Amino acid sequence: MLLIPCPWCGPRDEAEFHYGGQAHVAYPEDPAALSDEEWARYLFFRDNPKGLFAERWSHTAGCRRWFNAVRDTATNEIHAVYRVGEPRPVIA
Amino acid sequence: MSPEPQGRRTPGADLPDHPDRLWRSAEPKRAYDVVIVGGGGHGLATAYYLAKNHGITNVAVLERGWLAGGNMARNTTIIRSNYLWDESAGIYEHALKLWEGLEEDLGYPLLFSQRGVLNLAHSLQDVRDSVRRVNANRLNGVDAEWLTPEQVKEVCPIVDISPDVRYPVLGGTYQPRAGIAKHDYVAWGFAKAAADLGVDMIEHCEVTGLDVRDGRVTGVRTTRGPIAAGKVALAAAGHSSVVAGYAGVSLPLQSHPLQALVSELLEPVHPTVVMSNAVHVYVSQAHKGELVMGAGIDAANSYRQRGAFHIIERQMSAALELFPVFARAHVLRTWGGVVDVTPDASPIVGLTPVEDLYVNCGWGTGGFKATPGVGWCYAHTVATGEPHPLNAPFSLERFTTGKLVDEHGAAAVAH
Ligand SMILES: Cc1cc2nc3c(=O)[nH]c(=O)nc-3n(C[C@H](O)[C@H](O)[C@H](O)COP(=O)(O)OP(=O)(O)OC[C@H]3O[C@@H](n4cnc5c(N)ncnc54)[C@H](O)[C@@H]3O)c2cc1C
Ligand SMILES: [Zn+2]
Repeated sequence: MLLIPCPWCGPRDEAEFHYGGQAHVAYPEDPAALSDEEWARYLFFRDNPKGLFAERWSHTAGCRRWFNAVRDTATNEIHAVYRVGEPRPVIA
Repeated sequence: MSPEPQGRRTPGADLPDHPDRLWRSAEPKRAYDVVIVGGGGHGLATAYYLAKNHGITNVAVLERGWLAGGNMARNTTIIRSNYLWDESAGIYEHALKLWEGLEEDLGYPLLFSQRGVLNLAHSLQDVRDSVRRVNANRLNGVDAEWLTPEQVKEVCPIVDISPDVRYPVLGGTYQPRAGIAKHDYVAWGFAKAAADLGVDMIEHCEVTGLDVRDGRVTGVRTTRGPIAAGKVALAAAGHSSVVAGYAGVSLPLQSHPLQALVSELLEPVHPTVVMSNAVHVYVSQAHKGELVMGAGIDAANSYRQRGAFHIIERQMSAALELFPVFARAHVLRTWGGVVDVTPDASPIVGLTPVEDLYVNCGWGTGGFKATPGVGWCYAHTVATGEPHPLNAPFSLERFTTGKLVDEHGAAAVAH
């Protein structure tokens, strides 16, 4: 069970949140120009690192806002949370 | 001792002795024709069929931990082939047919028990989807029946079919040939049979890199030194993204923890396997008497072999709704494995963009049942360099062509 620090509400139990997968996946700028290969990458391929991962969470049972987190998928340690639109923090 | 009554077995009486060393744990050689990465059920079955069906015996199975200590030792052992789509029915039914002769083929007891699987329906839409799947199964030669709630009760008397519960049982599909097998014995049986044919089982040997030259894989780097390989076959389950990444191959996978648990030993009360999609729990009773239960994956990716407690709580409340008699059973042990999930809830088996590098992954929560079938087909793919017809639909290209095999919600359990 994760203890997730919502940027607005503070640390709350994982059960209050909805998971949104990888963060910073931008919609293609020029969709019509994409090849099938590029569409496949955009639709189906997400990073799956064993280590630091920038991901999205929504505090559905609280403030209902989306935010981003950098979590280590090998340890589950959450290194940073930050608001949507902010750049991914550099973790030393 | 008095003879056992006809048709009843003492729980545990058919467990064979714990095997001593069934295979030699080998020292790595400098080079092999085929190196298999991952000593789970799939890697071991692949090694066996490479040797048996294709005469390729200069093979090493590299396992970073102990043999079959990954998901092979952690699953809830359910075997069935009642999948919706033709492609899935093809490979899972091929596996089920192999299961039916596997103890004899391997010369080793697997406690394969065709006690049937019930997939319950709790809503009108569940009922319609289930009946559709029964019809699809029959068209594919897979045994399947639609049962009324009363018939469900006949198959498994402890299921609560009263209409006044939150998720009433409106019926269920039943596959009589489905069942369970003892996962450890399956792995050991394949390992012994493959080792007897000359395959090297190399434990405590983690693959830490793949050598690729001119678009072709030439060997693996390991914690026990480099090993040259004519071909490399990945079967690393939850870690497939990591291992394929060593060759610059990215896969459409997400790794998640999946949990299961067992109760203390009970008298035989549960004669079949019961799965419920809507309340998401699956239950059987092991040969020794434990209730074995599994749930869904944790939502967030993780490589930690432990999941969140609220998943277990939900699973237990679902189990209690269906089986009120479980209220007094104690949980003995919970554990987790790391499973790799694809966007269409179907596996990826076949070639990669790197020559002589093959991939078998993405089985998510349901790959144990495929062990012999995919081992057979994957061995063919590796031996011939061409996908076996049964795994051809499960190629990596399907994500580009769009020819997905979407078993989400179709396959009788959410993946
Ligand atoms: C809790 C749980 C319940 C399940 N229930 C069922 C079920 O009821 N029915 C069903 O059909 N399926 C079930 N599954 C899924 C099933 O267990 C898997 O799909 C299947 O075991 C995957 O194939 P495998 O056996 O080869 O994987 P594994 O046994 O996990 O084998 C992969 C091996 O690769 C090794 N490895 C990883 N990286 C490296 C490396 N770099 N170098 C060397 N070795 C490496 C690992 O240590 C591991 O031993 C369940 C899984 C879990 C976790
Ligand atoms: Zn909040």
